[in-house]
Amino acid sequence: MSAGTAFDPAAPLIPSGNLRRRQAVSRVAELAATAAAVAAIAVLALIVYTVVARGAKAIDLDFVFTGYPTGVGPMLLGTIVIALVATLIAMPIGVLIALFLTEYAGSRAVAPLRLTLDLLNGLPSIILGLFVFALLVDHKQQSGFAGSVALAIIELPLIARGSQEVLLLVPASLREASDALGVARWRSVLTVVLPTALGGIVTSTVLAVARAAGETAPLILATPTFDPKHFSLNPFEALPNVPVWIYKLSEEGNPEGFTEAWGLSLLLISFILFASLGARALLARSKRKLSS
Amino acid sequence: MSTAASPTVRAAGRGARVSPLRRRLDRLADRALFGICLLAALTAGATIALVGYQIVAGATPAISKFGFAFVYETTWQPNFGTFGAGSVLFGTAVTSSFALLLGGPIAIAIALFLTLLAPGGVRGVVGPLVELLAAIPSVILGFWGLLVLAPFLQSQIEPTLHRLFGFLPIFGPQETTGLSVFTASLILTIMVIPIIASISRDLFASVPAELKDGASALGATRWEVVRGIVLPTTASGVVAACLLGLGRALGEAIAVSQVIGAGSEIQASLFEPGDTLASRIALQFPGALTELHKASLFYLGVMLLVIGLASNLVAQWIGRRFAYAGAVSK
Repeated sequence: MSAGTAFDPAAPLIPSGNLRRRQAVSRVAELAATAAAVAAIAVLALIVYTVVARGAKAIDLDFVFTGYPTGVGPMLLGTIVIALVATLIAMPIGVLIALFLTEYAGSRAVAPLRLTLDLLNGLPSIILGLFVFALLVDHKQQSGFAGSVALAIIELPLIARGSQEVLLLVPASLREASDALGVARWRSVLTVVLPTALGGIVTSTVLAVARAAGETAPLILATPTFDPKHFSLNPFEALPNVPVWIYKLSEEGNPEGFTEAWGLSLLLISFILFASLGARALLARSKRKLSS
Repeated sequence: MSTAASPTVRAAGRGARVSPLRRRLDRLADRALFGICLLAALTAGATIALVGYQIVAGATPAISKFGFAFVYETTWQPNFGTFGAGSVLFGTAVTSSFALLLGGPIAIAIALFLTLLAPGGVRGVVGPLVELLAAIPSVILGFWGLLVLAPFLQSQIEPTLHRLFGFLPIFGPQETTGLSVFTASLILTIMVIPIIASISRDLFASVPAELKDGASALGATRWEVVRGIVLPTTASGVVAACLLGLGRALGEAIAVSQVIGAGSEIQASLFEPGDTLASRIALQFPGALTELHKASLFYLGVMLLVIGLASNLVAQWIGRRFAYAGAVSK
């Protein structure tokens, strides 16, 4: 509305003067916001495209199932072992913390515990590497287990947070029905509340594993040197693993190593992307089912 | 259904006649479950304390040798046993603030796009895709930065910036490899964007629709709604989101160590190699020769831990204060 001009009923109904400028500014801002979103997607697409285009060449059956120098089987197996042990440590503790938060803790205990979980989540992963080095590796030996402990600390807050959200969605009517039948607290927690939330708990765990599987910083301190030919299931020795091997190949600057690293990156990134997309979709579904 | 439930119902109906043994067992089991849940909760707190203790203990030889001067001394010569964190502290500050200054506005713009502009279908696709950016392992992002981004920056972007803005010392002549503070900062920018964007999106979505609709009804354009309503009501939350992004940028070790070029001097130009607290630990720890070298790297860890925890705590504090203010205004 331009001040000072008299009202003219015959004026056409198009923006003029100040309004025109304001709308132009608004349109520029909208364009900038859209451009930012497009740029982020473009970067993601570019990275994924590069990994797929350069990695696909390297991958075949030998690459997946044999050891160095023809394949990366030991690294894949080692990463699976490390992630599995980490999840075996983190999942029970994470779920119990979630149970504590939803079933037992009063409001005065909830706030500090959630702060603790947030702080754990915010710890730089290289710090966790130093931690497990000092605790488990220094003056002893490198081990996949030390890496697992670090990854477990990364997974713990994610599992606890995710499980808590799902547990909070368990309908009060179920608990009340169980109480009304005179069922003891522990029985209703274990046989009613947990099974109802199980789907969501498992998918949060998968998300946490996807997050931890690619962590490199703790592993280059926990198990930096290993034999890339040796298939091993023993977490108490130095385990070959995917992230450290990619890191090593990228530092070496040898073109054949680069191809191998791209292939390995493709395997790792496809596991992570599919696991997190799939788990996300399942989590949304189970949350919807619980809250409807 | 009813047949399956009937034994329990009958048992409950004769509640008084539930065997005393069973009731005692139930009470015991209740306490046991509570006990292990509490133990798990305490484990989380104990873990943080133990991490802090181990890092400080590892750093003790360096702390007693160099004292606080370590933090600002700039010489780092493992062969001569002299260590100082000044140059990596500088590198950390430059890369993190660069990432935040560039990534923060982009992330906020993405969050605005997702909450105010994008139609439902687009939002459902773009939102998760932006979050996927955070799921890419740092070692792969660093590898991509090393082989794709760094050569591109070195041959295209750095000469252009130097030609146009060369009068500023930060845009010096390009180096031969493209491994530089500049490349590392851009990689960190890619890492902080999804974090800040997803938190800001949730904040923007929580702004009451009445406020936004009221402003629109008074004739505000979309941008004016953002400037006048959305950003002011969420400002402190957005600051908290940026601090969480900062924490991520400070602590990233692997990707930075792959692209920053491991320089050990303080240089004005962004196109020179440098190093950060986290990346120096990642680069030098596996090959550390002396105990003092290791202890000094632990000392860097102590500094990283303190800065990281502080930014995180401030972010939580702001976030909580913000949530409280929101609750009050309702």
